[in-house]
Amino acid sequence: MAQHMNLTLKVWRQKNDKSKGKFVTIQAKDIADDMSFLEMLDVVNEDLTRKGEDPIYFDHDCREGICGMCSLVINGRPHGPKYGITTCQLHMRSFHDGQTIVIEPWRAAAFPVLKDLAVDRTSFDRIQQAGGYVNVNTGGVPDANTIPIPKRIADEAFESATCIGCGACVAACKNASAMLFVSAKISQFALLPQGQTERYERAQAMIDQMDAEGFGNCTNTGACEAECPKGIKLSNIARMNREYFTAKFFREEDVHTHS
Amino acid sequence: MLDSKVPAGPLAEKWSKHKFNMKLVNPANKRKFTIIVVGTGLAGASAAASLAELGYNVKTFCYQDSPRRAHSIAAQGGINAAKNYQNDGDSVYRLFYDTIKGGDYRAREANVYRLAEVSVNIIDQCVAQGVPFAREYGGLLDNRSFGGAQVSRTFYARGQTGQQLLLGAYSALNRQIRKGKVISYTRHEMLDLVKIDGHARGIITRDMVTGKIESHEGHAVLLCTGGYGNVFFLSTNAMGCNVTAAWRAHKRGAFFANPCYTQIHPTCIPVTGDHQSKLTLMSESLRNDGRVWVPKTKELSEKLRQGQLKPADIKEEDRDYFLERKYPSFGNLVPRDVASRNAKEMVDDGRGVGKSGVAVFLDFADAIKRLGKDTVEAKYGNLFDMYYQITDENPYEQPMRIYPAVHYTMGGIWVDYNLMTTVPGLYALGECNFSDHGANRLGASALMQGLSDGYFVIPYTVGDYLANLGSFAPVDKNNPAFEQTRKEVEDKINALLSLKGSKTVDDIHKKLGNIMWEYCGMARTAEGLTKAKGLIQELKKEFWSDVKVLGENEELNMSLEKAGRVADFLELGELMVDDALNRSESCGGHFRLESQTEEGEAKRDDENFTYVAAWEFKGDDQPEALHKEELVFENVKLTQRSYK
Amino acid sequence: MSNSKPVLNSSLGRKLIMSLTGIFLCLFLIVHLIGNLQLFKNDAGYAFNQYAYFMTHFTPIKVVSYLLYASIILHAIYALVLTMKNKAARPIGYAQFNGAANSKWNSRNMGILGTIILVFLATHMYNFWWKYHNDQVPYVEYRTDLATGETTVQEIQADEFNDYQVTVENNVEIIKARDLYKQVDFAFQNIGIVIFYVLAMVALSFHLIHGFKSAFQTLGVTHKKYVPIIEFLGVWGFGVIIPIGFALMPLYFYFVK
Repeated sequence: MAQHMNLTLKVWRQKNDKSKGKFVTIQAKDIADDMSFLEMLDVVNEDLTRKGEDPIYFDHDCREGICGMCSLVINGRPHGPKYGITTCQLHMRSFHDGQTIVIEPWRAAAFPVLKDLAVDRTSFDRIQQAGGYVNVNTGGVPDANTIPIPKRIADEAFESATCIGCGACVAACKNASAMLFVSAKISQFALLPQGQTERYERAQAMIDQMDAEGFGNCTNTGACEAECPKGIKLSNIARMNREYFTAKFFREEDVHTHS
Repeated sequence: MLDSKVPAGPLAEKWSKHKFNMKLVNPANKRKFTIIVVGTGLAGASAAASLAELGYNVKTFCYQDSPRRAHSIAAQGGINAAKNYQNDGDSVYRLFYDTIKGGDYRAREANVYRLAEVSVNIIDQCVAQGVPFAREYGGLLDNRSFGGAQVSRTFYARGQTGQQLLLGAYSALNRQIRKGKVISYTRHEMLDLVKIDGHARGIITRDMVTGKIESHEGHAVLLCTGGYGNVFFLSTNAMGCNVTAAWRAHKRGAFFANPCYTQIHPTCIPVTGDHQSKLTLMSESLRNDGRVWVPKTKELSEKLRQGQLKPADIKEEDRDYFLERKYPSFGNLVPRDVASRNAKEMVDDGRGVGKSGVAVFLDFADAIKRLGKDTVEAKYGNLFDMYYQITDENPYEQPMRIYPAVHYTMGGIWVDYNLMTTVPGLYALGECNFSDHGANRLGASALMQGLSDGYFVIPYTVGDYLANLGSFAPVDKNNPAFEQTRKEVEDKINALLSLKGSKTVDDIHKKLGNIMWEYCGMARTAEGLTKAKGLIQELKKEFWSDVKVLGENEELNMSLEKAGRVADFLELGELMVDDALNRSESCGGHFRLESQTEEGEAKRDDENFTYVAAWEFKGDDQPEALHKEELVFENVKLTQRSYK
Repeated sequence: MSNSKPVLNSSLGRKLIMSLTGIFLCLFLIVHLIGNLQLFKNDAGYAFNQYAYFMTHFTPIKVVSYLLYASIILHAIYALVLTMKNKAARPIGYAQFNGAANSKWNSRNMGILGTIILVFLATHMYNFWWKYHNDQVPYVEYRTDLATGETTVQEIQADEFNDYQVTVENNVEIIKARDLYKQVDFAFQNIGIVIFYVLAMVALSFHLIHGFKSAFQTLGVTHKKYVPIIEFLGVWGFGVIIPIGFALMPLYFYFVK
C-alpha cells in the first residue's frame, strides 16, 4: 500500500498583484506517496475550503506535463527536486515524512504575481507576437513535400520547438533571463527553411521585445537548461546570439512593424 | 425541423459547389465585422488567425493564461491526412470511408467527406508554418499507421503532435495579434451568449483575475471550447476543460447533439486512489507492439493483487491475451471502443490486475525480445518515462498496467453543414460540435477535424452568413439584451457565492463523476440510466443547498470558477443520461447491454436510430425536447463493424 | 519599417562587449605569462628588465596596452551595468534558492570573482606599473664582457642616464635600465602580498573556467566539433596553466630566491 506522510508547507500567500505577500505555514496531513504534488495541494485546498479558508491559488491545467501552466518553485527549484519534469509530474514519493516544503511562485519582474502562486506570463506571449511565426496566410501554400528538410535539421528544430513556455528557465536563472525561451523559437525557425525569409528580422524583433519586458541578461550559468522540463539546450542561446549579431552587423534587414 | 443544409449533388463535389454558391464579403467590408472566438485550441486559434487574415476583426477568449495552453496541446499520436505519400492505396474516399465506418455510421456523410477532402491542405498549411513533423532521411515527411488503420496516413511530431500543431496555429494567431487584427483575452471565461433578434451578437465574460463581468459584441460567435469529458470528474482532459460556454449557449437555443457519445480510451494509467485528479493517457501507438493480457483465472489475479505473485511468475499458458484471442485479425489493434470494453469485461470478471484490480496488463516483453530494448526505447521511450514517473514501475522490466479512461466526447453542439448551430450567427467548431466522428472517433482524427473546421471551413461559411446580413452596421452595444444577459450572469454568480453549505464543489463533482462512470460509462442499461437520472437530480439539489463557495467575485477565485462549471456539468450529466436512455441501440462508444450480438459486440439498430439526437433546452428543470436529424447514407452501405 | 534598437543598448550587445573584452584579456594573459617567465631566469633581471622596457616603449605594444586598459574598464563597467539590470529583473528574491542543483558555483559568482580580480589588478598595477612609470623603481647596470660572456650587476643612480641605455665600451656591453626585477623581488618578500597574489590567481582560475567558454557561447559558437576544444582550453589552459604559472612567481621569489 501507499506510504503516508505528514508535511509542513511554507507557502507564499498573496491576495493580488497589488498587495504584499508573505509565507504561511500549513500542515499537510496523511499524504500518500503516490499522489502527484498538485494532488497533494488539492488535498490541502479541500481541507482549507472545508474550514472556510481561502484555498491556495496555483496555475495548472493538463497535469501531464505539456501545457506549461504549472509553475511552482519547490524548495528552491523550479518544478521541484527532479530533473526533466514539470510540477504536475512530480510525485510525493520524492519527499519524506516530516519534511518541510517551501513553495514559491516564479520570481521575476516580468512575471508579476497575480495571486498566491500564480504569476502573469503574458510577457512570453508578447515576445512570441513580436516575431515567433512565419508570415504565411491560410491557403495558397505549396504541397508539404515540396520542402524537403534533412532529418537532422528537422529533428533539431523539433527539439527546440518542444518548449512548453512554462517559464522555469526564467525562474531558475539567477538573473531572471528569458533567453532560453526566446532562443528556442528563434532557433526553430533559423534551422527550418520555412523560417529563412524573415530570419534576421525575427531575431531582432523578438530580442527587442524580450528586453522591453524587463527580463535579465544571460550569464551562461546553464541553470535554465538544467531545470527545463523539456530539455531545451543552451546551444539555442548561442544560436540566437549568432542570429542577432549577424542581423546587426552583416545584414540590412530592419524590423518590420505592422500598421 | 432540423435542416442540415447539406448541398445537393455528388458527394465529391458538394464542398466545391457549395464554396462557389456561398456569398462573399467584399474585402473592404470585412473590416466592418467583428467575430468572437471562444477557445484557442486547434479549432479556435486556426479560425481566429484565418479570419483575421481575411480582414475580419477578431476577439479571442481563453480561460488559460495563454492561448498556447489549450488542451489540444496534449494530443500525442498524430494527424490523419489522405496524402497517400506512402503509395499504399490511401485516398480521400478511403479516409472518408474509414471515418464513417469507425464512427459506426452515425456521422453525416457530407461533413466527413469534406473533412477527408481538406485534410491534405492541413498538412501543407502546417508545414508552411514551420511545424516540425517527423521526416525520413530523404527529407520528406514520414507517416505511420495509427489506431488500426490499414494505411499509413498519420503525420506526427514524435509524441507531441498536438503540441506542435497548436503552436503552429498559435503562431499564426500571434501574427494577427501583432497586426492588431485579433485582440486576445486570456484568463477570461465565457459565461453567457447574448442574442439580439434571435441572432448571436455577443458574449458575457468574466475576467478571472479581477472578476469583472464584461460584454463583448460581435457579428458572429464561434464556440471552439472543446469537449465535456470532465463531467466524469476523472478524464484525460485538462483540469480546466469544461462545458460552461457550450452549455450556456445551449440554454440560449443551441441544440445539443448526441451527448451520450463519449470515447473511452483504452491505454490510460489506472486510478490509484480517491485523491486522483486526472487520468493520463498514453498514446495508443503502444498497442502496435504491446500485448494486452490478464491471467486466465481469478485466483491468479487475486495472487497478483496481493503481491504474492509477480507478473513474470504467470506462465504463458496461464495468460489470456484476450484481444488476440477474440479478434484474431486485428488483435491488439482493435478500435478504441472495442479495446476498452474488453478490458472492462476482464475486470468485471474478477481478472483485473494491480492493487485495485481495476487494470489489465500491456506487456512489452515480447517486443523487447523481438526488437531489442533500444528499438523499443526509440519508439516508446518518452511514454515509458511518463509511465515510470507516475507509477514508479519500470515498463522495461514489468508489464504496464492500463485501464480505459474518458478521453473525447463525440457529441456536442449540433451544427449544420456550415458549422452553424441552431442559433443564427453562432457556430461550433472542433470537439465542441458533434459533426464528424459519429459514435466513435478514430485515432489521429481529432486534430484533423479541429484544424479543418478552423482553417478551411469556417472562413468560407461565416462569410456567407455575414454577407447575407444585408448590413455592415456595428452591433449595438447599448442594446438592452447585453445589460439583461449581464445581469443574469451576475445573479447566477451571486447565487453561487451565497452557497455556504458543508460540501466542497469537488465533493459534488466527484460524486457526479462516479454516477456517470458507473451508469453512463463503458456499458449502459435502461435500469442503470434511470437510476442515474434520479441520483443526478438529487445531487443537483445537494449542490444548490449544501455546497460551499468561498470568497468574492472580485478576485482570482478557484472556488467560484469550479462551482459555475460543476453546476453546468450537473445539468449536462442529466441530458447525457437522457440521451443514452433514448438511444436503446449500441453504437461505437455508446454500448447498451440490451443491444449486443451473440458474441457480445455492439449491435446497432439502424432501422430506428439512424439519426442524430439533437436536444433543445426548454427551461430549468424541464425535460429537453428531442429533435431528430435523419442520417442519409447515399454512398456507403451500413454494415456491422467487425474486427474479427 | 522601423529600426531595431541599437545593438549596444540591447541585452545581447552588452553581452557581446563582455565577451569580446573578456577574450582580449585572456589573450593578453598568455602574452603576459610568457613574458614574465623571464622572472624565473637566474640572471638578476637582465632579460626581464630589457623586456619590461621594450613592452613599455614599443609603440604598437603601447597602443595595445591602452586597448587593454580600456578593455578592463569596459569589462568591469558592463559587468556592473548588467548586474544592476539583473537585480532589477528579480526585485523579490526567493526565500530558498538551490542554485547548486542546476549550475556551478563560479558561474553564479562571476561578479564576486571579478571584483577580487579587479582589486588585485589595482594593487598589481600600483606595485609595478605605476611605480615603474613614476620613477619609484631602482636602477641597475649590467656590464657584460663580450669576450667571456660574464655579467656583473650594480645598482646605480637615476641621474646618470636617461631611462634606458645600451652602450659598448672596450668590448664590454653596458646596459642601464630600471630594475623592475628588483621591485618584483622586493614585493614578493612580503608574505601578505604573496598570499594575496596566490588567492587572486585562484579567483582568476574560477573566473576563467566559466568565463572563457562563456565568451564563446555568447559569440554564438555551437559547433559540436569546436565547442569541446573551447571547453578544454577554458579549463586546462585558462583555468589551470595560466593561473598556476602566475601564482608560481610570488611563490618562487618568496621561497626559492
